[in-house]
Amino acid sequence: MAAAAAGPGPGSGPGDSPEGPEAEAPERRRKAHGMLKIYYGLSEGETAGRPPGSDPLDPTDLNGAHFDPEVYLDKLRRECPLAQLMDSETDMVRQIRALDSDMQTLVYENYNKFISATDTIRKMKNDFRKMEDEMDRLATNMAVITDFSARISATLQDRHERITKLAGVHALLRKLQFLFELPSRLTKCVELGAYGQAVRYQGRARAVLQQYQHLPSFRAIQDDCQVITARLAQQLRQRFREGGSGAPEQAECVELLLALGEPAEELCDEFLAHARGRLEAELRSLEAELGPSPPAPDVLEFTDHGGSGFVGGLCQVASAYQELFAAQGPAGAEKLAAFARELGGRYFALVERRLAQEQGSGDNSLLVRALDRFHRRLRAPGALLAAAGLAEAATEIVERVARERLGHHLQGLRAAFLGCLTDVRQALAAPRLAGKEGPGLAELLANVASSILSHIKASLAAVHLFTAKEVSFSNKPYFRGEFCSQGVREGLIVGFIRSMCQTAQSFCDSPGEKGGATPPALLLLLSRLCLDYETATISYVLTLTDEQFLVQDQSPVTPVSTLCAEARETARRLLTHYVKVQGLVISQMLRKSVETRDWLSTLEPRNVRAVMKRVVEDTTAIDVQVGLLYEEGVRKAQSSDSSKRTFSVYSSSRQQGRYAPSYTPSAPMDTNLLSNIQKLFSERIDVFSPVEFNKVSVLTGIIKISLKTLLECVRLRTFGRFGLQQVQVDCHFLQLYLWRFVADEELVHLLLDEVVASAALRCPDPVPMEPSVVEVICERG
Amino acid sequence: MEDDAPVIYGLEFQARALTPQTAETDAIRFLVGTQSLKYDNQIHIIDFDDENNIINKNVLLHQVGEIWHISTSPADRGVLATCYNKPSDSKVLTCAAVWRMPKELEPGSHESPDDSSSTAHTLELLCHLDNTAHGSMACVTWEPTGDGKKVISLADNHILLWDLQESSSQAVLASSASLEGKGQLKFTSGRWSPHHTGTQVATANDTTIRGWDTRSMSQIYCIENAHGQLVRDLDFNPNRQYYLASCGDDCKVKFWDTRNVTEPVKTLEEHSHWVWNVRYNHSHDQLVLTGSSDSRVILSNMVSISSEPFGHLVDDDDLSDQEERRPEEKFLFAYTFSVCSPSDFDRCIVVWPPPQSPCRTHRPPDVLVHPPGVSPLPPSYRQPLM
Repeated sequence: MAAAAAGPGPGSGPGDSPEGPEAEAPERRRKAHGMLKIYYGLSEGETAGRPPGSDPLDPTDLNGAHFDPEVYLDKLRRECPLAQLMDSETDMVRQIRALDSDMQTLVYENYNKFISATDTIRKMKNDFRKMEDEMDRLATNMAVITDFSARISATLQDRHERITKLAGVHALLRKLQFLFELPSRLTKCVELGAYGQAVRYQGRARAVLQQYQHLPSFRAIQDDCQVITARLAQQLRQRFREGGSGAPEQAECVELLLALGEPAEELCDEFLAHARGRLEAELRSLEAELGPSPPAPDVLEFTDHGGSGFVGGLCQVASAYQELFAAQGPAGAEKLAAFARELGGRYFALVERRLAQEQGSGDNSLLVRALDRFHRRLRAPGALLAAAGLAEAATEIVERVARERLGHHLQGLRAAFLGCLTDVRQALAAPRLAGKEGPGLAELLANVASSILSHIKASLAAVHLFTAKEVSFSNKPYFRGEFCSQGVREGLIVGFIRSMCQTAQSFCDSPGEKGGATPPALLLLLSRLCLDYETATISYVLTLTDEQFLVQDQSPVTPVSTLCAEARETARRLLTHYVKVQGLVISQMLRKSVETRDWLSTLEPRNVRAVMKRVVEDTTAIDVQVGLLYEEGVRKAQSSDSSKRTFSVYSSSRQQGRYAPSYTPSAPMDTNLLSNIQKLFSERIDVFSPVEFNKVSVLTGIIKISLKTLLECVRLRTFGRFGLQQVQVDCHFLQLYLWRFVADEELVHLLLDEVVASAALRCPDPVPMEPSVVEVICERG
Repeated sequence: MEDDAPVIYGLEFQARALTPQTAETDAIRFLVGTQSLKYDNQIHIIDFDDENNIINKNVLLHQVGEIWHISTSPADRGVLATCYNKPSDSKVLTCAAVWRMPKELEPGSHESPDDSSSTAHTLELLCHLDNTAHGSMACVTWEPTGDGKKVISLADNHILLWDLQESSSQAVLASSASLEGKGQLKFTSGRWSPHHTGTQVATANDTTIRGWDTRSMSQIYCIENAHGQLVRDLDFNPNRQYYLASCGDDCKVKFWDTRNVTEPVKTLEEHSHWVWNVRYNHSHDQLVLTGSSDSRVILSNMVSISSEPFGHLVDDDDLSDQEERRPEEKFLFAYTFSVCSPSDFDRCIVVWPPPQSPCRTHRPPDVLVHPPGVSPLPPSYRQPLM
């Protein structure tokens, strides 16, 4: 390009070049390289050395790639003065010349190189041709080699086959050798006791021998082997039978025997028989522990022993059996299940016998722990032998024991209750001798109540152990449901309260007839106890139970109200019986006093009879006694000075009016009649009416019974005049003292009026005493 | 019977003694003895006409004293025995005597005496049962099936067997036995068993029931503590020979099998006060009537221990109100209620018609229509007798 650019330069010639080369040689050379580079498409600017500031696109750059001579010329003409133009023309020419010379130099310089390159190429041409020949020769050689190789192979083929055959024969021979050596090896093994090895050998040889048994030699070997194997089996069996060598070794024996092809069924029978022997020994040792004479170890130890000895053994047997005789299929499993069922049954029977011995003891925690172990231990064989139903049976036993426990606790509670009653009886009997029977009653009640409650709580706590979370059987459905609701709540608590009520009620029935064997104070106390149960204790105890035993069972339970009603009924009956008994005591006193006296020939009354004072005393004592346990109760409102008023009722003018007609029965009824009838209709007295739970009601009942007796007795007697007057005095005395005890004093008046009136009727000569005299006698006496 | 209303008959005096006339088979006849200390006592002969539901009465005077017990001869319709108190200033002694009623009053001689003459009849004394050596007579009981010659009387602690001779005009003490023991033993009641050819007698004293053999006058059985308190009355089952009913102050009625006396066969506790009397119906032994001083009379239907326990629709429902119609039978009961209110004597006999349903309780109506001249009954003070 430089040449092209220089080309149009006028007047350029090589003449300029001599001045230039020395000074500008590196510059030019560089320039020449650059141009070459441009020529070969390399950007000069990218290589190096370009003067900075020059624009490669500048069309006016002589050395630039985009040089445009026209523009350059125009520019020069327009910009430069003539001198400069001249200079540039000179410069240009000089440069053109220099470039020319450079070009020539380059051509000269490179010409040689071209020449030598051409020479080299020519020489290469020659060499290749030589090589080609050699290659051809190689190819032919190779072909020859291949040919040879094929030939060799063909030759060796035959030999190779023979070698292979020989190797096969060799292996066969080794096997045969093994076979021939087998009898001796087996013998050796048997002698050394390496039964496993022997069985392996035998196993390996058996098929072959089987296959070639038609060959006499093999036959002989086989026979030998069989003899040895038989001996081996014999020995194994011997060892197996000896049995002393423990379950795992036995299992090994059985495994070997099986491998020897012994009949599995027979083996499994034999295996089970041996296992049975071992387990039975365990059972016997358990039974010995159970034995009657030696002091049995505690139940925990017993179940531990049973668990590790028998149940562990059973587990081993079962797992070994299942491993060994898995091939036996369902029949074998059935055999094992029957085996386990039978032995398990005997084990359970033993355990039950042991547990039965435990029934009497009070320690629940030990029992529960023992049961827990027992149950836990049986879970493994239970899982192993689902068909034998061991786990179920164990659960059943535990349940049964739990039930029996509940029964035992119920018995315990009953016994405790009866014990309390005995204590109370003793306490009631003792202080009576010391002269003060009263004050203890409330304390006794509190003692009894608290003692029973603590017993109930203790029982609940003991029974609660059965449902503790850590106990393995507590999550069985029975213990979650039925045990809590039917067992504990119904059976134990409700059952106890019921039996308590029954026991209490039984005091009302039989002993009363046999002369009041039950002290009345005990009746009173029990009545109050039952009433307290009705008001508070029952609901408390049941709530406690429900809380402790979160009852999930939906089965119907006795509602609190029913129990309360029962307790209340019991309390009522007891109190009624108390009233009867106490009424009877006073009645007897009154009856004897009326029946034994000769009322016709009695003297004029001077005093109240002692028996009446005794009646009042006894009534007061009963009042005190009842007051200790029961509230006062409600009285019918009466005017304040009631004793005065009532006195007037039956001994004042009205009395005269009422006696009058009795002397003249045919006399027409006066106005009294109407009021009398009215009174009798309205004041009907029910002698043995139900008693309410308060002191007044109780006392009213007792007094009613007593006075009714007095009335009936009086009506059976005949009175003289003074006899009547004595009755009058006695009745007034009773009147004075008894009214304060009763709910409705009118009742006492009425009954006593009746007594006096009846006595008057039974008197042939009824002359009543002057009321004032009666009063005086009573006040004095 | 169209009219179910009870028939009421009023007495002038209090009464405690009532008996049916067992020798009478045609009419329904009761004898009632009154108790009055001041006036002459009477024996009322009451004929109940069940067709017309009315009562015919005759009154006999019994002047020797108030009657505590009355019984009739099983053989002679005109003969009866009473236990009575002799009025005396110093002491009370209960005597017993055998009487004959006037001929015209004997059943069958229907002369229908007019009212004016009816009070004039007097009893003819046949003989006294001499008890001066033995104490007060508690009761007299005739040999039930005999010829009216044998009588047992109970006097304090003696049991006396009398032979009535020469048409009952003479009583000879045939044999006797007595109770020995602590305290004052006293018979309260006795019955002659209709079974065993009349060789057994049961007596009650205090809480004990005893059986006696009349031939040897020895004790056969003894029920100690038969009742918690005094035993008031006894009766034999007319059809079952070993069955005995008793009642007493413990408000109970008990049924015994005398072969095994440790436990009662059955116990009823229906009354709320002393039970004074117990009687079997003579033809239907499941029906038992009891009277008590709780002013109630209770008729119990004891099918389970009757002689025909299976012939009924309801086998054992003693207290049920189950209707049990037996219209073809007449069973009648009469009860006296002697009333002693302070102001007067009220008493009457109530005859109930055969109950359509033999239910438990005959509670007398609260107000009874009283016969002329007799006051109405205050209900609280009735004393049942039988």
